[in-house]
Amino acid sequence: MDSGAPAMTEVSGAPVSVAPGESARKSELAFRLRASSEYVAIPVLALAIAAFLFGIFLVAIGKSPIDFVDNIWRGGFGSAFSFQNTLQRSAPLILTALAVAIPARIGLIMIGGEGALVLGGFAAAAVAVPMVGAAPPWLTLPIMAIVGIAVGALWIGLAGFLRYARGVNETISSLLLTYIGIAIMNFFVEGALRDLTNPNKPSTKPIGEAYMVGKIPGTDVHWGFFVGVVLAFALQILMTRTTFGFAARVTGGNMRAALAQGLPVGRLIVACAMIAGGCAGLAGFFEVAAIQGRANASLAAGYGFTGILVSFLARHKSIAIVPVAILFGGLVAAGGLIQRRMGLPDATVLVLQGLIFVVLLTSETLYGRFAIFRATASRDRT
Amino acid sequence: MNSSLAIVLIAMLGGAIRVSTPFMFVAVGECLTEKSGRVNLGLEGTLVLGAMVAYAGSYHTGSPWLGVVFAGLAGSCLGAMHGYICKLPRVNDVAVGIAMMLFGTGIAFFFGKPYIQPTAPRLASIPLGGWSSDADLASALNVNPLFFVGILAALALGWALRNTRWGLIVRTVGDSAAAARAMGISVDLVRFLTTTVGGFLAGVGGAFLSLSYPGSWNQGLSSGQGLMAVALVIFARWSPVRCVLAALLFGGAGAIGPALQSIGVTEGYYFFNAAPYILTLGIMIATSSAKRSARDMPGELAVAK
Repeated sequence: MDSGAPAMTEVSGAPVSVAPGESARKSELAFRLRASSEYVAIPVLALAIAAFLFGIFLVAIGKSPIDFVDNIWRGGFGSAFSFQNTLQRSAPLILTALAVAIPARIGLIMIGGEGALVLGGFAAAAVAVPMVGAAPPWLTLPIMAIVGIAVGALWIGLAGFLRYARGVNETISSLLLTYIGIAIMNFFVEGALRDLTNPNKPSTKPIGEAYMVGKIPGTDVHWGFFVGVVLAFALQILMTRTTFGFAARVTGGNMRAALAQGLPVGRLIVACAMIAGGCAGLAGFFEVAAIQGRANASLAAGYGFTGILVSFLARHKSIAIVPVAILFGGLVAAGGLIQRRMGLPDATVLVLQGLIFVVLLTSETLYGRFAIFRATASRDRT
Repeated sequence: MNSSLAIVLIAMLGGAIRVSTPFMFVAVGECLTEKSGRVNLGLEGTLVLGAMVAYAGSYHTGSPWLGVVFAGLAGSCLGAMHGYICKLPRVNDVAVGIAMMLFGTGIAFFFGKPYIQPTAPRLASIPLGGWSSDADLASALNVNPLFFVGILAALALGWALRNTRWGLIVRTVGDSAAAARAMGISVDLVRFLTTTVGGFLAGVGGAFLSLSYPGSWNQGLSSGQGLMAVALVIFARWSPVRCVLAALLFGGAGAIGPALQSIGVTEGYYFFNAAPYILTLGIMIATSSAKRSARDMPGELAVAK
């Protein structure tokens, strides 16, 4: 629980011993390590403080924080079974977090991942209905994925376009689009596309076992996790090593400067929003094709909202999203166990997530306040 | 045909009065907050928490009005949290709003679990339709007192912002923090207070949801009303009185679906469910502009840029 403080000194302690006479390359590395360790230490500290506050909260309502940690460990990480469950649940979190991170680099706070996930998943399930039985799985699945990505991309792309073309606040519009997207899915799932043989819960027709996305060989984890990790690395390269990413980051830093440079700001904004929506739509495809087997209201399970927190905690860095998503995947996976073993309501995980989010954003104020992260190494740089 | 049109219109009138009340409270509260140059996107969470606290308060004390007061206090707590956190340097108020939205909803669902089943005393309505022999019209005019409280609050706030020293301070802080500082006003304190009061009003709006219409507590009680109300403030161009009118318009739009259902039209139910969101989005598209900032916008505000 109090791992924040030691982690801070460990990470930053390493590069102190660089002698002034050593090569410039080494001191450059030391400087970068020192500077970037701040971005690890402060979020870790925020996590620790949030965990501490949540511990007090648990004690106040008469539950044991130690039991809570124990149950999260067992439910999320302790055994091969639970860890695979965690990885499975982190797959949509990686993708919905990317849906927040990419627009964030261009200076937009998009929080509509939930809507793009739901609509993308629904569109994938809908396009599968006539194809199941008529076309082979190797043809059906890619088409489902493409349709899911395209619909998600259009959905968030719309929020990006409105932002650029009409100056509509993208945070509000993307969340409104989420409500509209869920309403559209309900409209079809309870109407035209409802599977009438299933009286329990309004759903589309199941795509069937033969058409489901398989597991990564040797594990119980579906391919969505693998795709999410690959995509996180690919997008990291796109945003840090290409002209497109550079232009996007310039726009995020100062839109007027980007316009003055003649960068195609409008196209960059829409492109980033569409990449984001595509990621969330892909998450919806995997939820349908690898987990649920059909589209229904369970698609709106809150992955899109947890993804917002994951992306902020990873400071909108694609690669950092993967470990953070696994951490929160474990929290989500352990939710059921916490409910059963400790008699806590299912909203407990929501409270913890909200608390982490609030503390994390408060910790933004700490950047640049600790001398340990600046100190000597910067002198060598000049 | 004529009579069914009348039924729909009457149902929409009643619906507009009922549905608009929470919008009104949240929008008026947010209007005050935004007048001081800060945005609180977390009012959706405040609304849900207010609804839960009001229901629990009414259930335990037996007095729905005490529930309303508790809801307001709970809303002020969330507002004060937002106001305090945002005064720290380098903290983004929009992002904190999102976090407060998740936090408020989480807390409400966590503590609200035991109150889903029991029935709490609800706020009594004032039967203003007694003069009419038409039963539909009479029931449409059963108006909750909170509706009038909301209108009074909006009028009072509108007047105070224009005519009092306090109003001038709030407007100065919202238009130019530098000018306010030069006048010796504590910008952080003013924004902290306006966010707290805004949270109070949003909490009361939540109390209306659980104690009047729909009149019970469950987890699906508010789906975006708080957020739409924030968007409404932009449409109402930061005037509390126009916020009330915009809320009535929204109430009417939200009431179309149930009104049509009352005469047996059930097609497009989900479309009418989505109508308020689509209307909000349409209004935002129509009133925003990429080239210039919105009319009458407080100069310090980030949300409508």
